[in-house]
Amino acid sequence: MKKEWPLWEVFVRSKNGLEHRHFGSLHAADADMALVNARDVYTRRSEGVSIWVVESKHIKASNPEHNGELFEPAQDKVYRHPTFYDLPDEIKHM
Amino acid sequence: MNNNLYNYILGIADNSLILGQRLGELCGHGPSLETDIACTNISLDLFGQVRSYFQYAAQIANDGRSEDTIAMLRTERQYVNVLLVEQPNVDFAYTITRQFLFDVYHYKFLVQLQKSNDATLAAIAKKSIKEVSYHLRFSSDWIKRLGDGTEDSHNRIQNAVNDLWAYTDELFHQTPADKTMIAEGIGVDTLKFKDNYFKEATEVLIEATLVVPDLEYFQKGGKEGVHTEHLGYLLAEMQYMQRTYPNMKW
Repeated sequence: MKKEWPLWEVFVRSKNGLEHRHFGSLHAADADMALVNARDVYTRRSEGVSIWVVESKHIKASNPEHNGELFEPAQDKVYRHPTFYDLPDEIKHM
Repeated sequence: MNNNLYNYILGIADNSLILGQRLGELCGHGPSLETDIACTNISLDLFGQVRSYFQYAAQIANDGRSEDTIAMLRTERQYVNVLLVEQPNVDFAYTITRQFLFDVYHYKFLVQLQKSNDATLAAIAKKSIKEVSYHLRFSSDWIKRLGDGTEDSHNRIQNAVNDLWAYTDELFHQTPADKTMIAEGIGVDTLKFKDNYFKEATEVLIEATLVVPDLEYFQKGGKEGVHTEHLGYLLAEMQYMQRTYPNMKW
Protein backbone atom coordinates (compact mmCIF):
# COMPACT_ATOMS: atom_id res chain seq x y z
CA MET A 1 0.00 0.00 0.00
CA LYS A 2 1.32 3.38 -0.88
CA LYS A 3 0.62 6.23 1.47
CA GLU A 4 0.73 9.63 -0.19
CA TRP A 5 1.83 12.78 1.56
CA PRO A 6 -0.93 15.39 1.91
CA LEU A 7 -1.45 17.88 -0.89
CA TRP A 8 -0.43 21.55 -0.48
CA GLU A 9 -1.30 24.63 -2.53
CA VAL A 10 1.58 26.96 -3.34
CA PHE A 11 1.36 30.74 -3.65
CA VAL A 12 4.33 32.74 -4.89
CA ARG A 13 4.97 36.48 -4.91
CA SER A 14 6.96 37.11 -8.04
CA LYS A 15 8.32 40.45 -6.87
CA ASN A 16 7.94 42.85 -3.99
CA GLY A 17 4.78 44.91 -4.25
CA LEU A 18 2.84 42.28 -6.16
CA GLU A 19 0.37 39.90 -4.58
CA HIS A 20 0.98 36.19 -4.00
CA ARG A 21 -0.46 34.18 -6.88
CA HIS A 22 -1.46 30.53 -6.99
CA PHE A 23 1.34 28.61 -8.73
CA GLY A 24 0.22 25.03 -8.31
CA SER A 25 0.23 22.22 -5.81
CA LEU A 26 2.59 19.56 -4.49
CA HIS A 27 2.92 16.79 -1.92
CA ALA A 28 4.76 17.15 1.39
CA ALA A 29 4.71 15.58 4.84
CA ASP A 30 4.38 18.89 6.69
CA ALA A 31 4.46 22.66 6.21
CA ASP A 32 8.25 22.97 6.42
CA MET A 33 8.76 20.31 3.78
CA ALA A 34 6.05 21.93 1.64
CA LEU A 35 8.00 25.23 1.69
CA VAL A 36 11.26 23.52 0.74
CA ASN A 37 9.56 21.52 -2.01
CA ALA A 38 7.84 24.64 -3.32
CA ARG A 39 11.20 26.38 -3.47
CA ASP A 40 12.61 23.51 -5.53
CA VAL A 41 9.62 22.91 -7.76
CA TYR A 42 8.38 26.45 -8.45
CA THR A 43 11.13 29.02 -7.85
CA ARG A 44 14.28 27.45 -9.30
CA ARG A 45 14.22 29.83 -12.27
CA SER A 46 13.97 32.86 -9.96
CA GLU A 47 10.22 33.16 -10.21
CA GLY A 48 9.69 34.46 -6.71
CA VAL A 49 10.68 36.37 -3.61
CA SER A 50 8.17 34.91 -1.16
CA ILE A 51 6.26 31.65 -0.84
CA TRP A 52 3.08 30.72 1.02
CA VAL A 53 1.88 27.16 1.37
CA VAL A 54 -1.44 25.96 2.70
CA GLU A 55 -2.68 22.42 2.99
CA SER A 56 -5.27 21.92 0.26
CA LYS A 57 -7.86 20.53 2.66
CA HIS A 58 -8.08 23.94 4.35
CA ILE A 59 -9.38 25.54 1.18
CA LYS A 60 -13.18 25.71 0.96
CA ALA A 61 -14.09 25.71 -2.71
CA SER A 62 -17.35 26.61 -4.34
CA ASN A 63 -19.31 23.72 -5.78
CA PRO A 64 -19.39 23.71 -9.63
CA GLU A 65 -22.98 22.42 -9.44
CA HIS A 66 -23.97 25.71 -7.87
CA ASN A 67 -22.42 27.78 -10.66
CA GLY A 68 -25.89 28.63 -11.96
CA GLU A 69 -27.15 30.31 -8.85
CA LEU A 70 -23.76 31.74 -7.89
CA PHE A 71 -22.58 33.30 -11.12
CA GLU A 72 -25.27 33.44 -13.80
CA PRO A 73 -27.38 36.17 -12.16
CA ALA A 74 -24.49 38.57 -12.78
CA GLN A 75 -24.48 37.96 -16.54
CA ASP A 76 -27.51 40.11 -17.48
CA LYS A 77 -26.64 43.02 -15.18
CA VAL A 78 -24.35 45.07 -17.36
CA TYR A 79 -25.23 48.14 -15.28
CA ARG A 80 -22.93 46.79 -12.57
CA HIS A 81 -20.04 47.80 -14.83
CA PRO A 82 -19.46 51.56 -14.67
CA THR A 83 -19.56 51.88 -18.46
CA PHE A 84 -22.49 54.29 -18.79
CA TYR A 85 -20.73 57.48 -17.81
CA ASP A 86 -19.57 60.07 -20.33
CA LEU A 87 -15.98 60.76 -19.44
CA PRO A 88 -14.39 64.12 -20.23
CA ASP A 89 -11.65 63.75 -22.87
CA GLU A 90 -8.92 65.01 -20.56
CA ILE A 91 -9.32 61.99 -18.25
CA LYS A 92 -7.01 59.30 -19.51
CA HIS A 93 -6.40 55.73 -18.44
CA MET A 94 -9.89 54.83 -17.27
CA MET B 1 51.84 26.18 -15.46
CA ASN B 2 51.36 25.99 -11.72
CA ASN B 3 50.84 22.24 -11.27
CA ASN B 4 50.05 22.46 -7.60
CA LEU B 5 47.33 25.04 -8.13
CA TYR B 6 45.92 23.06 -11.08
CA ASN B 7 45.81 19.84 -9.06
CA TYR B 8 44.39 21.66 -6.09
CA ILE B 9 41.49 23.00 -8.16
CA LEU B 10 40.80 19.54 -9.57
CA GLY B 11 40.73 18.19 -6.02
CA ILE B 12 37.95 20.60 -5.15
CA ALA B 13 36.02 20.39 -8.41
CA ASP B 14 36.09 16.60 -8.90
CA ASN B 15 34.12 16.14 -5.65
CA SER B 16 31.33 18.34 -7.00
CA LEU B 17 31.50 16.83 -10.50
CA ILE B 18 31.17 13.22 -9.37
CA LEU B 19 28.55 13.98 -6.73
CA GLY B 20 26.63 16.03 -9.30
CA GLN B 21 26.70 13.10 -11.73
CA ARG B 22 25.45 10.72 -9.02
CA LEU B 23 22.56 13.05 -8.18
CA GLY B 24 21.83 13.50 -11.87
CA GLU B 25 21.22 9.75 -12.12
CA LEU B 26 18.11 10.36 -10.05
CA CYS B 27 16.57 12.60 -12.70
CA GLY B 28 13.19 11.01 -13.33
CA HIS B 29 13.91 8.31 -10.73
CA GLY B 30 13.62 10.17 -7.41
CA PRO B 31 11.30 8.79 -4.75
CA SER B 32 8.76 11.56 -5.41
CA LEU B 33 8.45 14.35 -7.95
CA GLU B 34 9.45 16.90 -5.30
CA THR B 35 12.58 15.10 -4.04
CA ASP B 36 13.52 14.22 -7.62
CA ILE B 37 13.60 17.91 -8.54
CA ALA B 38 15.38 18.78 -5.29
CA CYS B 39 18.20 16.29 -5.97
CA THR B 40 18.63 17.36 -9.56
CA ASN B 41 18.61 21.04 -8.50
CA ILE B 42 21.51 20.26 -6.17
CA SER B 43 23.18 18.44 -9.04
CA LEU B 44 22.87 21.51 -11.26
CA ASP B 45 24.24 23.77 -8.51
CA LEU B 46 27.28 21.51 -8.25
CA PHE B 47 27.83 21.41 -12.03
CA GLY B 48 27.66 25.20 -12.10
CA GLN B 49 30.41 25.36 -9.50
CA VAL B 50 32.44 22.75 -11.39
CA ARG B 51 32.33 24.86 -14.55
CA SER B 52 33.83 27.84 -12.73
CA TYR B 53 36.62 25.70 -11.27
CA PHE B 54 37.43 23.95 -14.56
CA GLN B 55 37.37 27.17 -16.57
CA TYR B 56 39.94 28.51 -14.14
CA ALA B 57 41.96 25.27 -14.31
CA ALA B 58 41.94 25.42 -18.13
CA GLN B 59 43.19 28.98 -17.98
CA ILE B 60 46.06 27.92 -15.69
CA ALA B 61 46.96 24.93 -17.89
CA ASN B 62 46.88 27.18 -20.96
CA ASP B 63 47.63 24.33 -23.36
CA GLY B 64 44.36 23.83 -25.22
CA ARG B 65 42.57 22.03 -22.41
CA SER B 66 39.05 23.29 -21.83
CA GLU B 67 36.50 22.89 -19.07
CA ASP B 68 34.92 20.16 -21.20
CA THR B 69 38.05 18.15 -21.86
CA ILE B 70 39.03 18.35 -18.19
CA ALA B 71 35.61 17.08 -17.17
CA MET B 72 35.11 14.45 -19.85
CA LEU B 73 38.42 13.19 -21.19
CA ARG B 74 40.40 12.04 -18.19
CA THR B 75 40.79 8.38 -17.23
CA GLU B 76 39.65 6.96 -13.92
CA ARG B 77 43.00 7.26 -12.15
CA GLN B 78 43.18 10.95 -13.10
CA TYR B 79 40.07 11.84 -11.10
CA VAL B 80 40.93 12.94 -7.59
CA ASN B 81 37.52 13.10 -5.91
CA VAL B 82 37.07 11.55 -2.46
CA LEU B 83 35.59 8.05 -2.38
CA LEU B 84 32.49 9.26 -0.53
CA VAL B 85 30.99 11.11 -3.49
CA GLU B 86 31.31 8.21 -5.95
CA GLN B 87 29.31 5.80 -3.76
CA PRO B 88 26.10 4.70 -5.51
CA ASN B 89 22.49 5.74 -4.88
CA VAL B 90 21.56 2.47 -3.19
CA ASP B 91 18.33 4.00 -1.91
CA PHE B 92 17.15 7.45 -0.83
CA ALA B 93 18.76 6.93 2.60
CA TYR B 94 22.18 6.43 0.96
CA THR B 95 21.68 9.43 -1.30
CA ILE B 96 20.79 11.64 1.66
CA THR B 97 23.55 10.31 3.95
CA ARG B 98 26.21 10.74 1.26
CA GLN B 99 24.93 14.25 0.63
CA PHE B 100 24.84 15.15 4.31
CA LEU B 101 28.34 13.84 5.08
CA PHE B 102 29.66 15.84 2.13
CA ASP B 103 27.59 19.00 2.72
CA VAL B 104 28.84 19.49 6.30
CA TYR B 105 32.38 19.36 4.93
CA HIS B 106 31.65 21.36 1.77
CA TYR B 107 30.08 24.24 3.69
CA LYS B 108 32.95 24.53 6.17
CA PHE B 109 35.44 24.26 3.33
CA LEU B 110 33.85 27.10 1.34
CA VAL B 111 33.65 29.34 4.41
CA GLN B 112 37.45 29.11 4.58
CA LEU B 113 38.06 29.20 0.81
CA GLN B 114 36.43 32.63 0.72
CA LYS B 115 39.54 33.88 2.53
CA SER B 116 41.93 32.38 -0.03
CA ASN B 117 44.78 34.52 -1.34
CA ASP B 118 43.67 33.44 -4.80
CA ALA B 119 40.99 35.94 -5.80
CA THR B 120 39.30 33.61 -8.32
CA LEU B 121 38.94 30.75 -5.85
CA ALA B 122 37.69 33.15 -3.18
CA ALA B 123 35.08 34.50 -5.62
CA ILE B 124 33.88 31.02 -6.63
CA ALA B 125 33.59 30.12 -2.94
CA LYS B 126 31.62 33.24 -2.22
CA LYS B 127 29.19 32.51 -5.03
CA SER B 128 28.81 28.82 -4.14
CA ILE B 129 28.28 29.12 -0.42
CA LYS B 130 24.63 30.18 -0.63
CA GLU B 131 23.86 27.11 -2.70
CA VAL B 132 25.75 24.81 -0.39
CA SER B 133 24.14 26.32 2.66
CA TYR B 134 20.79 25.23 1.18
CA HIS B 135 22.14 21.76 0.34
CA LEU B 136 23.20 21.35 3.96
CA ARG B 137 19.81 22.43 5.23
CA PHE B 138 18.08 20.03 2.85
CA SER B 139 20.21 17.00 3.70
CA SER B 140 20.28 17.65 7.49
CA ASP B 141 16.52 17.97 7.44
CA TRP B 142 16.10 14.65 5.66
CA ILE B 143 18.59 12.89 7.97
CA LYS B 144 16.38 13.91 10.88
CA ARG B 145 13.13 13.02 9.13
CA LEU B 146 14.32 9.57 8.10
CA GLY B 147 16.17 8.82 11.36
CA ASP B 148 13.27 9.92 13.49
CA GLY B 149 10.63 8.63 11.07
CA THR B 150 9.31 5.09 10.68
CA GLU B 151 11.11 1.93 11.72
CA ASP B 152 11.93 1.22 8.08
CA SER B 153 13.32 4.71 7.38
CA HIS B 154 15.31 4.62 10.63
CA ASN B 155 16.90 1.27 9.76
CA ARG B 156 17.71 2.31 6.22
CA ILE B 157 19.38 5.56 7.20
CA GLN B 158 21.29 3.85 10.02
CA ASN B 159 22.45 1.29 7.50
CA ALA B 160 23.64 4.02 5.13
CA VAL B 161 25.45 5.84 7.96
CA ASN B 162 27.16 2.57 8.98
CA ASP B 163 28.37 2.03 5.42
CA LEU B 164 29.35 5.58 4.49
CA TRP B 165 30.94 6.73 7.75
CA ALA B 166 34.16 4.93 6.74
CA TYR B 167 34.58 7.49 3.91
CA THR B 168 34.45 10.61 6.09
CA ASP B 169 38.05 10.69 7.25
CA GLU B 170 39.37 10.96 3.69
CA LEU B 171 37.74 14.39 3.36
CA PHE B 172 40.57 15.65 5.58
CA HIS B 173 43.39 13.80 3.88
CA GLN B 174 45.92 16.28 2.47
CA THR B 175 47.85 15.61 -0.73
CA PRO B 176 51.24 17.24 -1.46
CA ALA B 177 49.41 19.77 -3.70
CA ASP B 178 47.02 20.56 -0.83
CA LYS B 179 49.92 21.12 1.58
CA THR B 180 51.75 23.44 -0.81
CA MET B 181 48.61 25.46 -1.44
CA ILE B 182 47.88 25.71 2.28
CA ALA B 183 51.42 26.97 2.90
CA GLU B 184 50.89 29.65 0.24
CA GLY B 185 47.63 30.80 1.81
CA ILE B 186 45.66 29.70 -1.27
CA GLY B 187 44.39 26.37 0.01
CA VAL B 188 42.20 25.64 3.01
CA ASP B 189 43.76 23.88 5.99
CA THR B 190 40.97 21.34 6.41
CA LEU B 191 42.52 19.90 9.58
CA LYS B 192 41.54 23.10 11.35
CA PHE B 193 37.86 22.23 11.08
CA LYS B 194 38.10 18.43 11.22
CA ASP B 195 37.07 18.18 14.90
CA ASN B 196 34.26 20.60 14.28
CA TYR B 197 33.08 18.55 11.29
CA PHE B 198 32.77 15.38 13.33
CA LYS B 199 31.16 17.26 16.21
CA GLU B 200 28.48 18.80 14.00
CA ALA B 201 27.80 15.68 11.95
CA THR B 202 27.50 13.67 15.17
CA GLU B 203 25.08 16.19 16.68
CA VAL B 204 22.69 15.92 13.73
CA LEU B 205 22.89 12.12 13.70
CA ILE B 206 22.18 11.95 17.43
CA GLU B 207 19.24 14.32 17.03
CA ALA B 208 18.01 11.96 14.32
CA THR B 209 18.15 9.14 16.95
CA LEU B 210 20.98 7.44 15.03
CA VAL B 211 24.08 5.72 16.36
CA VAL B 212 27.43 7.08 15.17
CA PRO B 213 29.70 4.19 14.14
CA ASP B 214 32.84 3.71 16.21
CA LEU B 215 35.44 3.02 13.55
CA GLU B 216 39.19 2.73 13.72
CA TYR B 217 39.84 2.09 10.06
CA PHE B 218 38.73 4.56 7.40
CA GLN B 219 38.78 4.18 3.62
CA LYS B 220 41.00 6.40 1.51
CA GLY B 221 42.62 6.57 -1.92
CA GLY B 222 40.34 8.72 -4.07
CA LYS B 223 42.49 11.80 -3.70
CA GLU B 224 45.42 9.79 -5.13
CA GLY B 225 43.27 8.48 -7.96
CA VAL B 226 42.74 5.04 -6.42
CA HIS B 227 38.98 4.60 -6.53
CA THR B 228 36.31 2.12 -5.53
CA GLU B 229 34.85 -0.12 -8.25
CA HIS B 230 31.92 2.28 -8.64
CA LEU B 231 33.72 5.17 -10.31
CA GLY B 232 34.51 3.35 -13.56
CA TYR B 233 30.84 2.69 -14.25
CA LEU B 234 29.93 6.27 -13.40
CA LEU B 235 32.57 7.62 -15.80
CA ALA B 236 31.53 5.19 -18.54
CA GLU B 237 28.06 6.67 -18.47
CA MET B 238 29.19 10.26 -18.02
CA GLN B 239 31.83 10.17 -20.77
CA TYR B 240 29.96 7.94 -23.22
CA MET B 241 28.91 10.66 -25.69
CA GLN B 242 32.29 12.42 -25.82
CA ARG B 243 34.14 9.11 -26.22
CA THR B 244 31.81 7.76 -28.89
CA TYR B 245 31.39 11.01 -30.83
CA PRO B 246 34.55 13.01 -30.10
CA ASN B 247 34.08 16.79 -30.04
CA MET B 248 30.34 16.42 -30.32
CA LYS B 249 28.58 19.58 -29.22
CA TRP B 250 25.07 19.91 -27.87
